[in-house]
Amino acid sequence: MSTAPKPETTMNAKVTPTSKAAWGLAAVFTTPATIMHAAKATRARGYKWFDCHTPFPVHGLDWAMGVNYTILPIMVFCGGFTGLCLAIFLQTFTNSFELDLWAIVPVVGYQFEVSGKPLISTPAFVPVAFELTVLFSALTTVFGMLALNKLPCLYHPVLKSTKLKRITDDRFVLVIEACDPEYAKEDTAEFLRSLDPESIVELEA
Amino acid sequence: MTTLPIDNTLNVDESPDVRAPLILGHETFGSVTAEICRVNEAAKPPRAWYIAMAMSVTLLGALGMMVGYLIVTGVGVWGNNNPAMWGFPIVNFVFWVGIGHAGTLISAILFLFRQKWRTSINRFAEAMTIFAVICAGLFPGIHIGRVWLAYWLFPIPNQMDMWPQFRSPLLWDVFAVGTYFTVSLLFWYVGLIPDIATLRDRSTTKVKAFCYGLFSLGWRGSMRHWHRYERAYLLLAALATPLVLSVHSVVSFDFAVAQLPGWHTTIFPPYFVAGAIFSGFAMVLTLAIPARELWGLKNFITVRHLENMAKIILLTGSMVGYAYGMEFFIAWYSGELYESFAFVNRAFGQYAWAYWIMVSCNVITPQIFWFKFCRRNIWVLFIASLFVNVGMWFERFVIAITSLTQDFLPSSWGLYEPTWVDFVTFLGSFGLFMTLFLLFIRFLPVLAIAEIKGIMPAADPHAHDHGEEAHE
Repeated sequence: MSTAPKPETTMNAKVTPTSKAAWGLAAVFTTPATIMHAAKATRARGYKWFDCHTPFPVHGLDWAMGVNYTILPIMVFCGGFTGLCLAIFLQTFTNSFELDLWAIVPVVGYQFEVSGKPLISTPAFVPVAFELTVLFSALTTVFGMLALNKLPCLYHPVLKSTKLKRITDDRFVLVIEACDPEYAKEDTAEFLRSLDPESIVELEA
Repeated sequence: MTTLPIDNTLNVDESPDVRAPLILGHETFGSVTAEICRVNEAAKPPRAWYIAMAMSVTLLGALGMMVGYLIVTGVGVWGNNNPAMWGFPIVNFVFWVGIGHAGTLISAILFLFRQKWRTSINRFAEAMTIFAVICAGLFPGIHIGRVWLAYWLFPIPNQMDMWPQFRSPLLWDVFAVGTYFTVSLLFWYVGLIPDIATLRDRSTTKVKAFCYGLFSLGWRGSMRHWHRYERAYLLLAALATPLVLSVHSVVSFDFAVAQLPGWHTTIFPPYFVAGAIFSGFAMVLTLAIPARELWGLKNFITVRHLENMAKIILLTGSMVGYAYGMEFFIAWYSGELYESFAFVNRAFGQYAWAYWIMVSCNVITPQIFWFKFCRRNIWVLFIASLFVNVGMWFERFVIAITSLTQDFLPSSWGLYEPTWVDFVTFLGSFGLFMTLFLLFIRFLPVLAIAEIKGIMPAADPHAHDHGEEAHE
């Protein structure tokens, strides 16, 4: 499974499509149950370069399609840990040590001696450490999610097609890309027809 | 088991074996899209929108003039004086930050608790949060006096080699409110992406298609995207949950870490958080009740939703009432002269009128929600929510002003009297808030379209799927 090509990099696919004109074939369904069935059938048939487009996340469809669990949580942990370390460094550097970083960046630390409090006042440093941990985690979550999804994406064949405008409204669309090794225009169209979709749309690149 | 019919006109009847519908009158996904998008796609908004916008922009202009007047003249235009260094600006700051708590509570905590009814109200509660935090951020910014030195609040390398003092709660506040604003904005925007894509795909003009297209980031509803999107949303909810509890705790540290009698108490963080949620839900009701009437959103924001919010107001209002009582008890029980005086002074001193407004609005008003009639009557809900808003503003006034004006040494006591500039600035902040909110209603999806579709019975992929189970 891990050696299989990731069916993700649809934008940068270098594989020559079997048909020059078609980027892929889209089958339009009207209910979550039918797209679920179609996704399972497509996966069972051996297709890898396919995707489902739905107006809302259909529960369990990602697993039915064989989507691997995202690495996002690990990225978020790293982001949060960075935030925590940065907060501890920031507070001790600016308030506890007269550390001279001029060789690297033009800043000097400062020993704040306020009302006899210890220079490293751990309890007082907790709120900012917490806030920066959350801030960095949240930024990693959002920008990590967008980066993994390759968004913003200003052009995509699915968006180009005028017949698939209802993806964000009430239609559930299964797209098989032409770069899939199993893809053969007539066979694939025949297979999609067997799934009993509302319509089949050929997508231009 | 027999199935009792559900009264769909109100959606409030209880039946133990039937789960009440979360939204009414919609069988298909398409009708949900059409009904919510109608708010943005109507050629003209209702006349009430224009009237409200005119009033809001006027107040916003007044705010701009007051801030300009303040900057060119100095903080002497306010009523702030030597014992009462924190006058209206800090009272208003805490008031607005408090209001900003309901949005993230609804989007994060209720999400983690799987409270699906939140999908009907989360979008504009989150919007309200962001706009309230913008209003809140304004006040400390102008309260510092020399606004052109506001960057001193941040740890930015400067020619003086000086740094902010991280042992001060006021600096914690900069980080807490800054983080809260950023995370709330991200949360709101992530939720908006699929819905802006819906508006993009339905747009009829090139300008709309371009603008919505730009902000939807090319979202195409790919299930591979949804997989990460859902994970990201869950992570954001998990991150925002402790955050929402921390922000008002940190705000309360501004008071509690100081030595003043009436401020220096350990009850402050939970008491402030409860009060913040209390005031935030009241503001959600204040905004939701007119909005659902004007834009015909009653199928989505049903009486059941309003009733649920009334229950939360009752709960948090009772917590606030308990905290008021406990403060008095501890002041007496501690035997501390200054602490006891501070509380007797609150209730019977020169600002007793403010104290009793606070008690009647915050402790007595929410108790009407024990009665089903009050939780379901639109007018009662609306008026009670206004009372709570007023009461919560007075709570911050009482806390800030009574302790500052009469602390330890009678010779340093004073009086605080706000000036007309204080009042106009405060009213003007409502102009800022409402202007942003009205623009939001006009141009962005007011309800979370994709999320609402996800909680419809029709969204269940196993509805007609016999035998075969999805791999979990």
